[in-house]
Amino acid sequence: MENPALKLSNLSKTYSNQVEALKAIDLEVAEGDFFALLGPNGAGKSTAIGIIASLVNRSGGEVQIFGHDLDRERKAAKRCLGLVPQEFNFNVFEPVQEILINQAGYYGIERRLATQRAEYYLKKLELWDKRLSSARDLSGGMKRRLMIARALVHEPRMLILDEPTAGVDIEIRHSMWEFMREINQNGTTIILTTHYLEEAESLCRNIAIIDQGRLVENTSMKNLLTALQFETFILDLQKPLEQLPPLNVQASRLVDAYTMEVEVVREHGLNDLFCDLSEYSIEVASLRNKANRLEQMFLHRVRDNGRSEDNQRNA
Amino acid sequence: MHDYFVAFKTIVIREVLRFGRIWIQTVLPAMITTALYFVIFGNLIGSMIGEVGGVSFIAYIVPGLILMAVITNSYANVVSSFYSSKFQGNIEEMLVAPIPNWIILSGYLVGGMLRGLVVGVAVTLVSLLFVDLQIHNIAVVITTVILTAVLFALAGFINAVYAKSFDDISIIPTFVLTPLTYLGGIFYSIDMLPDFWRQVSLYNPVLYMINAFRYGFLGVSDIPLPTAYTIILTFILCLFAFALMLLNRGTGIRN
Repeated sequence: MENPALKLSNLSKTYSNQVEALKAIDLEVAEGDFFALLGPNGAGKSTAIGIIASLVNRSGGEVQIFGHDLDRERKAAKRCLGLVPQEFNFNVFEPVQEILINQAGYYGIERRLATQRAEYYLKKLELWDKRLSSARDLSGGMKRRLMIARALVHEPRMLILDEPTAGVDIEIRHSMWEFMREINQNGTTIILTTHYLEEAESLCRNIAIIDQGRLVENTSMKNLLTALQFETFILDLQKPLEQLPPLNVQASRLVDAYTMEVEVVREHGLNDLFCDLSEYSIEVASLRNKANRLEQMFLHRVRDNGRSEDNQRNA
Repeated sequence: MHDYFVAFKTIVIREVLRFGRIWIQTVLPAMITTALYFVIFGNLIGSMIGEVGGVSFIAYIVPGLILMAVITNSYANVVSSFYSSKFQGNIEEMLVAPIPNWIILSGYLVGGMLRGLVVGVAVTLVSLLFVDLQIHNIAVVITTVILTAVLFALAGFINAVYAKSFDDISIIPTFVLTPLTYLGGIFYSIDMLPDFWRQVSLYNPVLYMINAFRYGFLGVSDIPLPTAYTIILTFILCLFAFALMLLNRGTGIRN
């Protein structure tokens, strides 16, 4: 990769209580990418983001943003970055428009231009009507959008979104997805962390998974999902079933008399399963995925990593 | 450098708008408290005391009361604003931006100083209702009030950096700042004290500021002016260096 938007080399962090949050992570994110950074709670994602955003002091390693070293070219590196943190972190007593104008000012943008930019992004994120309200008077979804507008007001080349749609209703979430796609198409590199895995699957082209401070996966979304060997389906039955017949699938179980769960090898498809079910006169009313594909893959990777960590400890 | 100036200006404007929005909490109380001091200590009790330092008691206490308001408000502005930024997390807005720490510190200091000066002017206007104010040396008045405001803004900043709860931002003002200010010679000349307490008073930095400020108004002081300026400037330099070191280390703000 010639000029990555983000390059982490040997990044590590040990907190004062000796918790090792990051264990020598190497990661590159290409310019223009829409990149998912996933991991369970406490995996080290927020620590990594905190270090990139200069909010957490690192214990070792290097960070480069568009080729600018965060230590040696601090100003240039910071100018390229916009951050939407997980927690609301604005002054709740400040009017919405002031929050944006001030943020632009911290990046050296004059008040007149900052006011124009604030107007543009507040309108874009449907907050213009609330521009004079105190931030505390906004709803949860509005506060999330305010944080996105604030991160964009200095027009960064890379945007880090740390769970940007947490607590946001479905309609607003979808409009935020559209907005994120739009700014990514306009050239902004986006790094997204989220617990809504369908969000990552739908938006991101590449993915890294962090678990227990280690990078356990770093590949394209397509490759990751191709590697998924099994899919789990829930079948709602027309008539009650007392006992599960032997089926030619990886695994199966009866959830209740009207519901069956089956794990199917992906390359076999569903035809064999339906043939078996017809043979036993089992009629299926409807069928759905138990979890989305990325969720299954994510759980496999994290479980595998947990097992290998345990083995290392026991060795 | 232009970017830094814009960032500095942004912090200062934000601070001024902040205390301006809540002027009932920030400006008005000092005016009312000072008016009460003038009525009680100046008019009622002061008439029984007679002259101090060659002027009436009420005229003698005016500079000290103005400076007390400046000290309290410069300190309070920075300690509450910076601690609130830590508490709400909006300090991160500045930490992620390309602003050097000395600009962040200077922005808060000027914000605190401006609140101190606004309140100082408001209290001075109140005092004009009670006494004909004379000015002996305007340059001394202006430099002393500005330096004192900066010094206590710095002290407020350091308090806020270490504060972990809202209790922590009221402990120092209540148990340190108020006693030092009251014992700094607002209401009396240290020449009126027994020798032992006069010597003890000389260790109180507020004494030097109040006396320099009083000299600017009345031309009387217990302390030589150069000594007062030296002490104030030394404190400012030491506290600025210390505050900047705390910011660079990320004490209380970076993990």
